[in-house]
Amino acid sequence: MLAFWHGAFGSAFAFWSATLVRATPLLYVGLAVALAFRAGVMNIGAEGQLILGAIGASIVALRLGSAPTVIVVPLMLLGGMLGGALWAGLAAWLRKRFGVLEVISTIMLNFVALALISWMVRGPLQEPTRVYPMSATFAVGAHWPFVIPGQRLHIGFVVALLAAGILWFILARTAVGFRIRAIGAGARAAQSAGGVDAATLSARVFVWSGALAGLAGASEVGGVTWALYEGLSPGYGYTAIAVALLARLDPRWVIVTAIFFGALEAGGASMQREAGVPAVAVQIITATVLLTVLAVARWREHVTRQRVTDGL
Amino acid sequence: MTAPAALALRAVHKRFGGTVALDGASCEIRSGTVHALLGENGAGKTTLMRIAFGLEQPDSGSIERNGHVVHFSSGRAAIAAGLGMVHQHFMLVPAFTVAENAALGAQGGFNPTAAAARVTEIAKRTGLVIDPHARVADLPVGAQQRAELVRALARDARVLILDEPTAVLTPGESEELYRWMRRFAEEGGTIVLITHKLREALTVADDVTVLRRGRTVLAAPKAEVDESQLVAAIMGNEAIVETAALPAAAADADVIFALDAVTWHDDDGVVRLRETSLTVRRGEILGVLGVEGSGQSALLRLLAGRIAPTSGRATYPARVGFVPADRLHEAVIPAMTATENLVLANASMLSGTIAWAARAEDAARVIEQFEVRASGPSAALSTLSGGNQQKFVVGREREVAPSAIVAEHPTRGLDVRASARVLATLRAVAESGQGAAVVCSTDLDEVLALTQRIVVCFAGTVTEIAPPTDPGDRSVYARALLGVSA
Repeated sequence: MLAFWHGAFGSAFAFWSATLVRATPLLYVGLAVALAFRAGVMNIGAEGQLILGAIGASIVALRLGSAPTVIVVPLMLLGGMLGGALWAGLAAWLRKRFGVLEVISTIMLNFVALALISWMVRGPLQEPTRVYPMSATFAVGAHWPFVIPGQRLHIGFVVALLAAGILWFILARTAVGFRIRAIGAGARAAQSAGGVDAATLSARVFVWSGALAGLAGASEVGGVTWALYEGLSPGYGYTAIAVALLARLDPRWVIVTAIFFGALEAGGASMQREAGVPAVAVQIITATVLLTVLAVARWREHVTRQRVTDGL
Repeated sequence: MTAPAALALRAVHKRFGGTVALDGASCEIRSGTVHALLGENGAGKTTLMRIAFGLEQPDSGSIERNGHVVHFSSGRAAIAAGLGMVHQHFMLVPAFTVAENAALGAQGGFNPTAAAARVTEIAKRTGLVIDPHARVADLPVGAQQRAELVRALARDARVLILDEPTAVLTPGESEELYRWMRRFAEEGGTIVLITHKLREALTVADDVTVLRRGRTVLAAPKAEVDESQLVAAIMGNEAIVETAALPAAAADADVIFALDAVTWHDDDGVVRLRETSLTVRRGEILGVLGVEGSGQSALLRLLAGRIAPTSGRATYPARVGFVPADRLHEAVIPAMTATENLVLANASMLSGTIAWAARAEDAARVIEQFEVRASGPSAALSTLSGGNQQKFVVGREREVAPSAIVAEHPTRGLDVRASARVLATLRAVAESGQGAAVVCSTDLDEVLALTQRIVVCFAGTVTEIAPPTDPGDRSVYARALLGVSA
């Protein structure tokens, strides 16, 4: 346990360089899933969208890496968003055109994305020596700046916080955010009473959700690995579902839960290193926490409903 | 006294949330008879029988089987007592054969040969034509219904409850089912036929019980009642409070709603409304009568501009308030607050940011003005009773479209006070001289108290009924409504 604490919060380095660095991709994908779920779009393909985002950003970095950072980084963000949006857009199109359930299409596309990146790092994007299954290391212009000197935390985290704030504002305060929440909470009423075109809006939200997940990929290659690898994500896109649900789909709480899960990841790794505890134990903790929180939420809902019925 | 009733329900009360479904309903079913349970949609027929079958528990009241008080905690207990129920929506496993479905839920192991033999035996004994090896999904609806009957009989049901069994059948199949029901009763079985079709009850039943608004308003052997008495009981025959129904507007008043030779097909190409022309002018309320599936749903949505005509022309104001029958799915989002549900009405027209504080004030105003009982604008709509939700919806639609409103069964499931408040709001739209309203209801009293302009939907055709010379004579409406030819 001590080893766990050490690895996650035990020192400034642990917090800034391990926990928050791992929380960064989780924050993006957590926001992506929260946005989609809020609109009633069951996007469980954040993993695939993350990978496509990483590919998109890597292409930008490999082509323009020698340009100044102020130019390359925004373009990498854009490349990441485009990659993720493309992957989500494919699922959105399948749903609109053929009625394919997104639960099925997105999870299938996750595997296609894995195959795609595997081919990319052995084919068109492989490093010049053609030995390792990875891309060339990005030129310095494509290395995302660190936030604090000497710590590994990069500006991807700051951008993610910004994204959380913007997303919260959109959902809570704007008309389009209200429409998104309305189609998620009651699509038929939103259409019938509100005249909202739910099909079109949910397709748009789907694409934006993919773009957010794509940012996670961009932030990993630009801020952490500086190259495109196959095993880029240890399943961030799946953890994202837990991150979003635990936050009850509220972008502000996604910040908290993403850091929480980042700490679990960081602490787990350290536990394994220092105490020899298998990282699987961390996954057990994670699952227990998640189930407890969901059960409590469910129970509270039940109690509220009971009170309502009794009061009538 | 004669033999005890096969099934008797006494003074049954049942509420669902804020809605009163049964308000002291009683029903006594003699053994060896076909008993028709009549009443309009929402009168409580199905709820009463679900209670008899153990699927719902009554708030108060008792059930007797062969003279003994019983408590059915579940459908299983009712089946053990010799009851069987065929629901409006069949409860068969489509991928299973008839024999497999019949054996489903029985005790002990499953033996395909024995199960098929049992089905064949039951079919032979009772005169049902059915193939035990046919897969349910491959069967036409009439045969699926026979499979349901066989399944009930396979569990030795002596009292069969059939919920609107002919709603899905062709006339020929219905005739066949009537003959089968008679035969079952003559051989000592008992049938409860839930229906809103008057003619059906008169054809096949020995006894009739009529429910209206959750109460038993008539119970008699068929021989002792005539059609007009039944109509009066179903539709309600209380003295009308003379709040003067609104008359038709002058012929030169502005046209608010108009349909010109409008036909509408649903997505499956079925004609729901054909060649309909009508106008509603400023200061008028158009009353629409029609049992479920008669085309009134399409008529209302065409007038409200919610659907576009397949052919013909529909004219309506730029903003029409619409109060749909399915409140919780089409009118409000129960999980959202009153404020959010108020904003919902304008959802597609808004842009930029929403000033929630100002909108909460609007919601508070609507809550106060339309006497909605809610803890405040931030209360989730799901925490309101049905009547208060409806007052809120009607108030909201009046706010967004003060001069034109279309309401579908706006008082269904509401108590008297809430109904009166909702109707007053709708009436005010026309009375204020600003606009017009269209109100669809199955309660004739309600519509007659509201307006003199009444159209009746039957099988997709809309007929305007001129006010009868004798205001007390309502048979003209009831006949048109129930499809009984004059």
